[in-house]
Amino acid sequence: MFSESEWELLRNIIQNGLWKAIGETLLMTFVPTILAFVIGLPLGVVLVTGEEKGIHPLPGWLMKLLNFVINILRSVPFLILLIVVLPLSRLLVGTTVGTKAIIAPLVIAAFPFVARLVETSIREVDGGVVEAAQSMGAGTWQIILKVLIPEARPALISNFMVALITIFGYGAMSGAVGGGGLGRIAVNYGYNRYQPLVMYFAVILLVILVQIFQGVGNVLVKKSDKRIR
Amino acid sequence: MIEIRNLSKTFSSGENQVAALADVNLTIPDGEIYGVIGLSGAGKSTLVRCINLLERPSAGQVIVDGQDLTAMSPRQLRQARKSISMIFQGFNLLMQRTALDNICFPLELSGVKKAEARKRARELLELVELPDKAEAYPIQLSGGQKQRIAIARALASDPKVLLCDEATSALDPKTTQSILQLLKELNRKLGVTVVVITHEMRVVEQICTRVAILDHGQVQEEGPTAQVFSNPKSDAGRRLVLPDGEKIHVLPENRLVRLVFNGASAGEPIVARLAREQGILLNILSADTRSIGDRTFGNMVLGLPLDETEAARALLYLRELKGVTAEEVTEYVQ
Ligand SMILES: Nc1ncnc2c1ncn2[C@@H]1O[C@H](COP(=O)(O)OP(=O)(O)OP(=O)(O)O)[C@@H](O)[C@H]1O
Ligand SMILES: [Mg+2]
Repeated sequence: MFSESEWELLRNIIQNGLWKAIGETLLMTFVPTILAFVIGLPLGVVLVTGEEKGIHPLPGWLMKLLNFVINILRSVPFLILLIVVLPLSRLLVGTTVGTKAIIAPLVIAAFPFVARLVETSIREVDGGVVEAAQSMGAGTWQIILKVLIPEARPALISNFMVALITIFGYGAMSGAVGGGGLGRIAVNYGYNRYQPLVMYFAVILLVILVQIFQGVGNVLVKKSDKRIR
Repeated sequence: MIEIRNLSKTFSSGENQVAALADVNLTIPDGEIYGVIGLSGAGKSTLVRCINLLERPSAGQVIVDGQDLTAMSPRQLRQARKSISMIFQGFNLLMQRTALDNICFPLELSGVKKAEARKRARELLELVELPDKAEAYPIQLSGGQKQRIAIARALASDPKVLLCDEATSALDPKTTQSILQLLKELNRKLGVTVVVITHEMRVVEQICTRVAILDHGQVQEEGPTAQVFSNPKSDAGRRLVLPDGEKIHVLPENRLVRLVFNGASAGEPIVARLAREQGILLNILSADTRSIGDRTFGNMVLGLPLDETEAARALLYLRELKGVTAEEVTEYVQ
C-alpha cells in the first residue's frame, strides 16, 4: 500500500523527532490547560457568586461586561483568534512559531471556555447546602473554598478533562500556523508534502493520547465522587 | 429569648407582590420547644428563614437574646448565626464529606483545630446515636440517619437555638418519631430552644410546649399547645385542629353548646346521664377527642333542646361538670 520510501521516512521520523514531538504536544496541552484554569476557575466562580441572587452580588454592569467579554472570545473561531493573538507571543516569548509561541494564544482561546465550564460545574452544587453553610455563619470565601469548589469537585475534574482534550485539539490544529508537536508532523508531512503514511501515524498517536486522557479522567472522576456508592 | 416584632416580608417578582408575612409578632421563650403550624403557603418557611436572616425581612425586627439581628453588620450577623442553628427538610449535608467531616464543618468555620473538632464531632455522633457512621458518606445513609447527622452538625457550635424547617416531613412515621424524640431529648439535656416549623399537627402535639398558628402570613393565635389544640379560638386554628374543618354549619333554630374536655375522661357518658337524670335530650352534632401528651382532650358540640327552660337547665348542668368547660356557640365546624 505504501512505498518503501514512505516507510523509510516514517522510520526516520520515529527515530529522530517522535519523542520530542510527543513531549511538545503534552506541553502544549497541559501548560495552557492549567493556565486557562488559573484564569477560568476564579472567573467561573464569580459568574455564579456575583449574580444578583448569588452569595456575593457584584455590580450588574461588571457582571454584564464579564459575560460579554467571555461570549466575544468564545465566538471567535480558534484559528482566527490564534492569528490575531500571535503578535502577543512575540512580546511574551520573542517568537511566533513553535511550541512556546502557541501557549499564550491557547490560553486566551481556552480560558473563556473554561470559565463557562467552571460556571456550570459550580451551578450544579445544591443551593440548600450553600444555604446551610450560610446559616452556620460561613462567609463568602469560606463558602467558595469549603462548599462550592469541594462539592463541585467531580464535575470540575470531568470538565478539566473536557478542556484538556479541547486544548489538545487546538494545539494539533495550531500545527498549521507554526505550532509544534504531533500536529506539526501531521500537517507538515501529510498536508504540505503529501505523505499520508506519516499523517495517519501522527493521527493515530493523537487518537491514542485522547483515549488515555479520557480514560484517566473517568477513573479520577469516579474515585473523587462520593455520591457514587 | 427570640422576639419577633412587626415582621413583614413581601416578595416582589416583576409586577407581582406576595405578602408572605404581614406584621408578625411572636415571643419565643428560652428552653421552649415552640411550634409554628400552618397550611402550605402560610409563610412558615419565610418566618423561620427570617429568624436567622437567610431571608431579609421587608420590615420589623428579629431580636435574639436582646440583640437585634436586623441591625447587625454582615460580620456580626455571621457571628450571631453561630448560635442559631438550622436543620432542613432536605438535610443539606455536604455530599463530598463524610458524616464526621460534615459535623466538623461548622467548627472549621470557627477556626477550631482539626483534632479538637474531630473529638467534638465524635461526641456529637454518640449523642445522635450514630457512632459507627463516622466514615460514611451521606449517600450511604438513610433519611433518618442523614437528619441525625444534620442535627449533630447543627449542635456542633453549641447553639442556643435550633430552627427546624419541616425537619421530619421527608421521613416515614416511625423515623419521624425517633427524630422528634431526639429533639425532645436534646432540648431537655442541652436546654436548647427548639423552633419547629411544620404542617403536621401530630408533630406539634408530640413535642411542642407552645404553638403559634400561622395563616396568610399572620399569627392567628398562640399559646400552650394543649390549650390551643383543645380549644382553638381562631378560624384558622379550628380549620387546622378539627377534622374536615372546611365547612362551618350554623343551625339557627337550636342553641349550641361546645364542651371542651380539659383532661377529663372524654368517654364519660354525659349525654346519656343528662337524659337519664334530667330527662333532657341533647343532640350530638360533632365530637372529636384526642390525647395530647398524657392527658385526654376532647371537643364536642351539642344541640340544646328548643324549649328555653330545658335548654337553660341543660346548660346549667353542663357548666357544673368538673374538667369540662361549656360555652355557647353560634356556629361549629364539622
Ligand atoms: N423566594 C420567593 N419569591 C417569591 N415568593 C415567595 C418566595 N418564597 C416564598 N414565597 C411566597 O411566600 C408565601 C409563603 O411561602 P412559604 O414558603 O413561607 O410557605 P410555607 O408556609 O413554608 O409553605 P410550605 O408548607 O408549602 O412549605 C407563598 O405564597 C410563596 O409563594
Ligand atoms: Mg415551607
